Amino acid sequence: MSKVVYQGRSYERLDDESVLRCLLRNEIRVPYSCESGACQACTMQAIKGTPPPGSQDDLKETQKSLGYFKACVCRPDEDLEVALLDDAHNHKYQMEVVERSFLNDEILRLRLKCSESFEYRAGQFINIFKGDLIRSYSLASVPDVDEMLELHIKRVPGGVVSNWLCDDVQTGDRLTITGPMGECFYHETNGDGLLAVGTGSGLAPLWGIVRDALGRGYDRPIIVCHGAMKPENLYYVDELRQLVETHENVSYFPCLSDVAEGDLPAGMSLGFPNDIAFAQQPSLAKWQVFLCGNPEMVNNTKRKAFLVGASLKNIHADPFVMASPS
Amino acid sequence: MSQSLYEKIGGEAAVNAAVDLFYRKVLADDRISGFFSDVDMDKQAAKQKAFLTMVMGGPNNYTGEDMRKGHAHLVERGLNDSHFDAVMEHLGATLQELGVPDDLIGEAAAIAESTRNDVLGK
Repeated sequence: MSKVVYQGRSYERLDDESVLRCLLRNEIRVPYSCESGACQACTMQAIKGTPPPGSQDDLKETQKSLGYFKACVCRPDEDLEVALLDDAHNHKYQMEVVERSFLNDEILRLRLKCSESFEYRAGQFINIFKGDLIRSYSLASVPDVDEMLELHIKRVPGGVVSNWLCDDVQTGDRLTITGPMGECFYHETNGDGLLAVGTGSGLAPLWGIVRDALGRGYDRPIIVCHGAMKPENLYYVDELRQLVETHENVSYFPCLSDVAEGDLPAGMSLGFPNDIAFAQQPSLAKWQVFLCGNPEMVNNTKRKAFLVGASLKNIHADPFVMASPS
Repeated sequence: MSQSLYEKIGGEAAVNAAVDLFYRKVLADDRISGFFSDVDMDKQAAKQKAFLTMVMGGPNNYTGEDMRKGHAHLVERGLNDSHFDAVMEHLGATLQELGVPDDLIGEAAAIAESTRNDVLGK
């Protein structure tokens, strides 16, 4: 029988035992519920080895590509090293800050270099450590395209970590991070289009995802809606317009929610980015949807995208939940 | 050997096809959508799948006790027969939309109906 390796220890599977039953028998606490492959409560990640196909049925394509599998229906022929989703990302990396520049009054762009190989997908996020404090930031860079990792740090009033990054961290300093994490990234698909909606620094993962999709030859319509209150809160407007000029399948809507109609700059839309998105594309059947930024916007838009036809498996949401004040 | 209900309906493929349809109907129904306003949609869809697998006669390990515990917080928020009836409606409509024959829909509905007292904590 094949073995299951968990946290450096190896466990022999008995007969036709599932990975879940094998771990439970060895008193490893894996959450589970239906034990029939339906509820996904026991989803784990394969670190080494390939989970058998049946154990990945019905997971998102993004999850499959990360090696996720359902432990209760996983009976592998080969040895499998596995991790619980919560402890799969404990390795700490050191990242050197190689560039810092403000994209507008409140958003800092950091470019980082990793001293060891760091594999990620555009749109995933990392955790940055400041002592005991941990904050998540999305990657705006694309592997193989951008030499450095790129983060967009929004200054949060009173936020310990964001103000530290904005004011104190200098070029040449090292940051401790873990990751990459998250399932909000592009995967190859035959869908009808790609919708990206973000507010504020929620543009960061979208900037990576859209360029990643284009780099992989995605030729269906791509709609990017980026929302902010006022023109000065937007950023990468020129970069995105450049993307539209060089790719005819891309359209970009900078959306402003707090300007008078008469003051609306040319080429910008009045309203929230999710409303503008649904006005552009009322049905999202067979579309891939990426939502990042304000949690209320993200959650409402996720629900609405589903109701207008997007399959839940094709909605990738990354709500930027603020840490409670310390 | 005669086919089980689950096999006749079309097994996991049928359940997968049913999940989005069913969940969309539930969310769009103002009578019951309030019970789903604060939930993680992906986790909820997985639960819907487990539920649909069960009512279509597929493999499951749910007990009446699980059903009670799983819905107790909703019963506290006022979950009652009228809401259960609404879900039953959507279940029937979903299976009809997928072209499941009436007699099999009846069998699935009977399984769903058998959970009523546990779900409603009676």
